[in-house]
Formats: sequence, structure tokens, C-alpha cells
Amino acid sequence: MPDWIYRRLGDRLFAALVVFLALGVVAAALLVALVLYQGSALAFRTFGFFGFLTSQAWDAVRGQFGAWPPLAGTLITASAALLLAFFPALAAAIYVVEYAPRWLKEPVAYLIDLLAALPSVVYGLWGLFVLVPPVRDGLERPLFTWAAVHAPALVPLLGPPTGIGLLSATLVLALMIVPYASSLARDALALVPQSQREAMFALGATRWEVVRRVVIPYARAGIFSGVVLALARALGETMAVTMLIGNAVNLPYTVFGPAATMASLIANEFTEADTDLHLSALIAVGFVLLLLSLLTNLVAGWMLRRLARGEGRR
Amino acid sequence: MSQPYRMETQNLSVYYGKHPGVRGVSLPVHDRRVTALIGPSGCGKTTFLRALNRMHDLTPGVRVEGRVLLDGEDVYAPGVDPVVVRRRVGMVFQRPTPFPTMSIFENVVAGLRLVGVRDRRVLGQAAERALRMAALWDEVKDRLHAPAVDLSGGQQQRLSIARALAVEPEVLLMDEPTSALDPISTQAIEDLLTELKNSVTIVIVTHNMQQAARVSDYTAFFLDGEMVEFDATDRLFTNPADPRTEAYITGRFG
Amino acid sequence: MNRTLRRRYLRDRVMVGLVGLGTAAVLVPLFFILYYVLVQGIGALDLAFFTRPPAPPGETGGGMLPAIAGSLVVDTLALLMAAVFGVAAGVLLAEYPDHPLNPPLRLVVDVMAGLPAILMGLVAFALVVRPMGHFSGLSGSVALALLMIPIVTRATEGVLKLVPWELTEAGLALGLPRWRVIVNLVLPAARGGILTGLMLSLARGAGEAAPLLFTAFGNPYLTANPLEPMDTLPLKLYVYAISPYPDWHRQAWGAALLLAAAIMAASYLARRAFRR
Repeated sequence: MPDWIYRRLGDRLFAALVVFLALGVVAAALLVALVLYQGSALAFRTFGFFGFLTSQAWDAVRGQFGAWPPLAGTLITASAALLLAFFPALAAAIYVVEYAPRWLKEPVAYLIDLLAALPSVVYGLWGLFVLVPPVRDGLERPLFTWAAVHAPALVPLLGPPTGIGLLSATLVLALMIVPYASSLARDALALVPQSQREAMFALGATRWEVVRRVVIPYARAGIFSGVVLALARALGETMAVTMLIGNAVNLPYTVFGPAATMASLIANEFTEADTDLHLSALIAVGFVLLLLSLLTNLVAGWMLRRLARGEGRR
Repeated sequence: MSQPYRMETQNLSVYYGKHPGVRGVSLPVHDRRVTALIGPSGCGKTTFLRALNRMHDLTPGVRVEGRVLLDGEDVYAPGVDPVVVRRRVGMVFQRPTPFPTMSIFENVVAGLRLVGVRDRRVLGQAAERALRMAALWDEVKDRLHAPAVDLSGGQQQRLSIARALAVEPEVLLMDEPTSALDPISTQAIEDLLTELKNSVTIVIVTHNMQQAARVSDYTAFFLDGEMVEFDATDRLFTNPADPRTEAYITGRFG
Repeated sequence: MNRTLRRRYLRDRVMVGLVGLGTAAVLVPLFFILYYVLVQGIGALDLAFFTRPPAPPGETGGGMLPAIAGSLVVDTLALLMAAVFGVAAGVLLAEYPDHPLNPPLRLVVDVMAGLPAILMGLVAFALVVRPMGHFSGLSGSVALALLMIPIVTRATEGVLKLVPWELTEAGLALGLPRWRVIVNLVLPAARGGILTGLMLSLARGAGEAAPLLFTAFGNPYLTANPLEPMDTLPLKLYVYAISPYPDWHRQAWGAALLLAAAIMAASYLARRAFRR
């Protein structure tokens, strides 16, 4: 084989192959956006983009579709789950990085990472058979009975205490994002240089004062970008929510009663959609979900870049 | 032993697991003098220094034996609180450690905030005093609320010194405070030391013998975790008693 | 002074308590999840589970053979696709840092890594299922591959950047062309890290059910042909879990244990590969 073929042509061919495959990745991402946009076109043409976004009706029989009910369900479950998960997740991260004895750090961190990798369906199964009965019998029914006697005004707000609905879905969602958020917060805390801690200890600080005044401020950008990433994950989480939320797209939602998120709606209705408009409306819900997760991921990325660009310039 | 020392170690040993990093060191620290610890790298001088304000408590697996007397009382005695010890015995590290999320002002008063000082006037006066002692006041007085990380390396190190001084420690430990700095900043900090010793007792670790000769009143020479020799600085450098000290200060090894 | 100190210590203790409490609030439920998966699952993993097709609805017995085989086929195909595209993209990012495609590629990888898995299912539905006219294991593999590519790319780029530049220089000095240096020196040196990325992506993809609902779809009959609809373990787990039959619930726990074990094995292999 002549040398120039081996060198010049080989180099060119290899580079061309690599670029071709990488182009495939870029194309795939563009296709995601394009396919979702095109698929939604019919729904957006029929109802208008903002009309679709704000319409409260989701009625397959009458051909009325609006994204507001699943959008509201998504925002409620994700933000409530994040609220529930934030402090425990941060506490667990602080414990592992700052307090745990050395022999315990690795196993606890490993356990948390393992649970972050556990599939959504497994959480859903557990929620359905282990979490729902006590939530229904120990929390929802007593509350409902109490409200029925003492505060009848609350009853329509609470909704049917069946155990399947918004509350259970939110609880499982919180459980699912805790390991993920905790793992990200742990990474951020672990990046704080030991010299920062020692400098504060040398001033006569207690351990908590070191954590509160030095470690958390130093890591705050990383912690918050982790929180936003956890929110992004909660927004798109599908299987566990679908199994637990009851899948009812009718507003108004109640605390105990069934509801729907964008992801659960798609998962639940996609294979049953028998009209083009229904299918297009479901893809349009996917398109809205795409926009929402793009937004949250951009915010998280922006926070991380601020972290990389010289932490503490403020 | 007629003269009471500000600080004194008696037969102090520090173990990393089973391995001794410092073995049986007994060193006096004279009040309001600069004591320098010299020796080749890995000789245990930093390990020794960190034993004086119980920094080793923070590292799992490190054990300290022997006594460290501060005004005659053992800082390792049961019931003695390391938080109180570290407040009385301040420390400056090899690299500047400004807290990046705090302003210059907040860095200096960080130690005072810990004990609950809130009065702006008190804090302001303390900050000015500490910054003047650290010879930084004139350079930062117009931008006290700028981020501390905007300062140059030498300024950051003087800020670290001001931060340590603001809580009015009795003893200041300095672990090679100029090794990460340029010659001009080094000069500024060496000048500072001669000023500071009027009010604070200083123990400084340095691998730079000239620096020890310039700034210190007493010098201890460490080798392989043991203290080979301790004497007044001029005597140790002109007339060392131990041949190993002589070999080191004449540059024959290390 | 002394009173302040006591107050500070009180706060220190209280915060230690709160941190401990928060940690317990995380670990206890998570422990319960693992406990139930193990205890409920182990009883379901009998010989029939691995060797039998499903029993008709409502009847006791049967197993998960089609779902297990389907998972193997769908995940293997997805892993192959993710490896080819993901590693290539990682090589471009790390070894050709000035290439004009890199900024958009990096953006795309970051964005894709954060997208909900179910969206990948919608895309694979539009790209594969619709043109073919029917559901297929292959379309499921495409959906999973879309999910896995960013993980592989990031891992590959990261580990390639750790390979010392001296190795490339040494290879070039020997007269090897650039592509031989990459294929024969750099990639082998980074083998452990790339394997880690592949294992992590597999752990992620193998547990997903959402993007398979309307791609692989499910199939009660054993098939090895990826052009037909296929069952996978997460899909079967979902269908059985929401069914009204106790025996299917039992098998769903079995599937959960098998999945959890597979994912643990994959992440264990990932760690080991990285250490090497």
C-alpha cells in the first residue's frame, strides 16, 4: 500500500467518519425538535399555540384539547416534590461530605447513587403496593373524616381519599429525585477545598459554623444548579407518576384525587389515540414538555457556567 | 525554667496511624518573639505546627501525644475545647485562603461574627485595626466591600493575616506564609512580622533559612520528625551545636 | 463570652441533629424500597420466571422469557448504536478540539442529556414506527439509543482528555498517522473510561419503560426479530403492576429485582472498569 494512501487518505477518511457520526448526533437532536414541532402542527393550527397552552379542556370524545391541565399537574407535582426533597437531599449530602466517619462515607454515597439509578417503574411498583395503603389509610382517610366533621369547606379541596392521586404521585416523585439531587449536591460540596474549611476552623469556628458560613456559600452555585437539574428530572418523570397519579385530566385537581402530568398523559393515552387531532395534541403536549425542560436545563447550565467563571465574584 | 513561656511543648509526638510524623519534641515559645521552625521538607515542622492549635483533631487517623502548654495549661487536657484553643492560637496557611463569597470587610470580621459581634461600629473599628496591623489598610480602605478574590496574591495573604489578627489571638502560627508569593509581597510580610511581634507571639514555619535568619528571634531545626536543635537565632546560625544543623545551614543537604 | 459559646455549641448540636434527621429521612425510605424489592422479588424468581412465556390473564403461572429475551435484544441494539455514535462524537470533541462542528455538538449533547425519556419515544415513533407501519423492538432501541448517546459521549470525551498528550506526540514521532495514533494508542489507553460510560448508559437505558410504550410496545410471544413488537422487562413490569391479578403482581416484583440486580451489576462493572 503506497504510503500516501495510508497517511493522507487514512487521516481524511477517519476524520470524515468521525464527523459523519457526530453529525448524526446533531441531526438526531434537531430531529427531536423537528419531529415534535411537526407532529404538533395540527393541534396548534386547530387551537392556536397560546389557545392550546391555556385551554382547560381535554376531552377526546368531543375533540377538545388544551395543555393547561397536564401542564398544571406537572408544575404542581414537580415543584411540590422538589420542596419535599430539597432539605433532606442537602442534609444527606452535608452528612456524607462533612460529618460521616470515613468508613461510612463510601457505602452511604454508593447506596444513594444506586437508588438514583433505580428505574422509574420500580419506584412506581413500590409506591403502588407499599406506599399507597398507608398513605390512604393512615393519612388521607383520617384527614378526610376529620375534615368532613370539623371543616366541611376543606372536603372539596381534599378530594377522594383513594390513595391514588396527586399526593401519592408527589411523594414517590420526591423519593425519586432525592438521591439524584443529593448526589449532585454532594459533588458540589466535595469541590470545596479543604483549605477553606481549615481557615474557618483556625478562626475558632464550630463544625456547623464552617458548614454554614464557608462550605455552603462556596458550593451554592453547584447546589442550585443541582436543584434545577433535579427539577428538570421531576418535570419529565413518567412511569412512577403514571402508575400513581390516577390519570384524570379534569380540572380542578384535589390534594388526594387523581390528576395528570404531561408525561403521564402521553404515556397513558398515546397508544389509544384514534384521531389525528388527539395524536397531534399529545405530541404537542410533548413539545411543551420539551420547551419546559429546555428552559430548566438552560437555567442550570447558566448557573454552572457562572460557577466555573470564578466563583464568588459577588 | 524560671521564665514562663507563652507556649511550650513537652515531649510532643504526632502519629499518622502508626507512623510517627513528629517524635518527642520539647520546644519553648517565648512571649512576643518570633520563633522559626526550619528543616528540609518532610521533616515534620508543619505537622508540629498544626499540633499547637489542635488542627490535627480534624483529620481522622492522626494521634497527638505529649503536652502543649498555653500559658501553663495543656491544650490537650480533657475538657479543653479546641474551638477556644484555636481562637487563642490563630493560624495563617501556606496559600492565601480568602473566603470567596465574602467581601474584604466580611473576611476580616469573619471570626468576630462567629462570637456574635453585630455592632457595625465595633466591627468597623476591629477591621481597621486588623487591616492596619497587616499593612493592608491603605490599599483597601476605599473598597472594603469589594470581593476578597479581587485582591492580588500578596494582598490576599495579608488579608488572611488580618483575618487571623482580628480576633486578637495570643499566638499566631504561620505555615510558610510567603512560599506562594512574589519577592515584593514576601518583603512586605517579613516587614510586617517585626512589627507584629510587639503585640503577638509568632511561630513561623519556613523552608527558607535566610527568612528565618531575618525575621526570627529563636530558631528550631527539625530533621526526620525530631527537633535537632533549638537556640537563639543568631547563635544557631553562627555557632550551631549539632553537626547536622551545621550541615543544613551551610547548604550541604536538604 | 461563655454564654455565647454555649449558644454556639447548642446550635452546632441542633444542626448535627437536623442533618442526621434529614439523612435518615433520605436513607430510611430508600432502604425500605431496596428491602421490599429484595424480599418480594426473590420469591418470584423461580425457574418458570426465566423459562416460560406469560400465562393468559388471570391464570397463575407462566414467566417472563419473552420480556427477558426482548430486553436483551433491544438493549444490545441500543448499546451498539449508542456506542458507535456516542464514542465518535466523544472522539471529535476530545481529539479534534478546533473542529467547527464542536460547539453545536457540545450544546446538543448537553441538551439531550436533560430531556425526558418519553420524548425520545415520541421521536422514535415518528421516525421508525410510522414509516414501518407497526411497532418494533428496533424502534425501541432507537429511542433508548437517543437517551444513551449523551452519556457515552460525555464519558468518552472526559476520559480521552485525561490521556496524556505525550502519548499522541510519541505516536506521531514514530511516524504513525493521526488516525492510527487515535485508534491504536489513545482509544486503548482510554478503554476503561469508555467502558464505564457504556455501562452507565446501559444502566440508564435498560430500566426505561416510558420511551418503549409506543415503540417496542410489548409482545407476549417469544421473538428474537427486532422488526417485530417486543416485550422488555420494564414494560412487562409496568403492565403487570397495574393489572388486577395477584400472580402478575408477584412477577412484577420479580422483574423489579432482576432489573435492580442488572443495574447494580452494570454500575459495579462501570466502577471497576474505571479503576483499571
